[in-house]
Amino acid sequence: MIASEDRLRGLLVRGLAGDAAAYHVFLKELSAHLRAFLRRRLGGLPDEVEDLVQETLLAVHNQRHTYDAGQPLTAWLHAIARYKLVDLLRRRARGDVWNDPLDDTIEFLAAADSDATDARRDVAKLLDTLPDRQRLPIIHMKLTGMSVAETARLTGMSESAVKVNVHRGMKTLAAKMRSEP
Amino acid sequence: MKTDDLVSMLSAGTDAVDAKAPARRYIVAVGGGALVATVLMSLWLDVRPTLARDAMLPMFWVKEVFCVALVASGLFAVTRLARPGAALAWVQPLAAAPILAMWLLAVAVLAAADPGDRTDLIRGVSWTECPYNIVVLSVPVFAAILWAMKGLAPTRLRLAGAAAGFAAGAIGALVYTLHCPELDAPFLAIWYVSGILIPAVFGACVGPRLLRW
Repeated sequence: MIASEDRLRGLLVRGLAGDAAAYHVFLKELSAHLRAFLRRRLGGLPDEVEDLVQETLLAVHNQRHTYDAGQPLTAWLHAIARYKLVDLLRRRARGDVWNDPLDDTIEFLAAADSDATDARRDVAKLLDTLPDRQRLPIIHMKLTGMSVAETARLTGMSESAVKVNVHRGMKTLAAKMRSEP
Repeated sequence: MKTDDLVSMLSAGTDAVDAKAPARRYIVAVGGGALVATVLMSLWLDVRPTLARDAMLPMFWVKEVFCVALVASGLFAVTRLARPGAALAWVQPLAAAPILAMWLLAVAVLAAADPGDRTDLIRGVSWTECPYNIVVLSVPVFAAILWAMKGLAPTRLRLAGAAAGFAAGAIGALVYTLHCPELDAPFLAIWYVSGILIPAVFGACVGPRLLRW
């Protein structure tokens, strides 16, 4: 558990410094922890687990600037995962599923579950509903793997506009996930 | 899209994250909000002409320190509550400490005063306007702090809204000291504290709706 905390923290800190490979490993391992955490708590809504894993991953990504390197990573991740879980249960108006009085921050990284089921909601389809100025930079940079400069040339945007629009697109995507039934 | 594909998408082409961006956002919000409140105060209420003379009195500085301490504890609460999972143990004691200290001072002043003077010590000359004026001055600061918090990720929305209201009320009160003639502890203990707690309660009510993400 402590080993997971130190290991994931190291990966995230490198990711925040711009190391995309370390960040990729961080998100990959995090998704297994999230899946175990959410599957235990969404007993009444098993179909929602993978959707919520994805929504929480996107939330962690969009809010990664709020992580303070002096802070325990477990507490930060747990607060975000719990927030997204409660938000979903409130949307479903199913207060009864949320029944876990012994919920403890410490256990967050104790379990991992790499057995992904299919998500019901297709993020790729949601991505298609984004406005072009956000969608195209995301597709070029994040799916095709182009650099900022290449994306800027292809779309006719400035490099800073490309970055801003990728950032805004990710926020729009998170908002669309939230408002989806 | 499979979760592994989403992970690849999120991590592709990520840049370094600017760790100082949240601090800059707070400085812009608090500085801008306080500036608007000060301009509003000087146009609407006027800076008190006797301000320079009052600044010679120790009680004037007790009042200033009281307000600055409330601003500091309010902003501490705001920054803590805008980060997921940040430790909150000190938030409430620090916010309560200046208020309790002022209440103790007020009780001591009232106990030592002539019984006939006590009502005047509590009401001053402006008790009917004081909380209202502080609340009005806190409005631009409240909006600015909510904007700053929305750029981060509060997860305890009611508490976060209350902290935003408390900090905005404290900054409103600090600005209001440039106009307000009152220097008695019982007055500050009741009417200043009310002016700060009203926005805090309002913030707790609207926080869950306005700070959702």
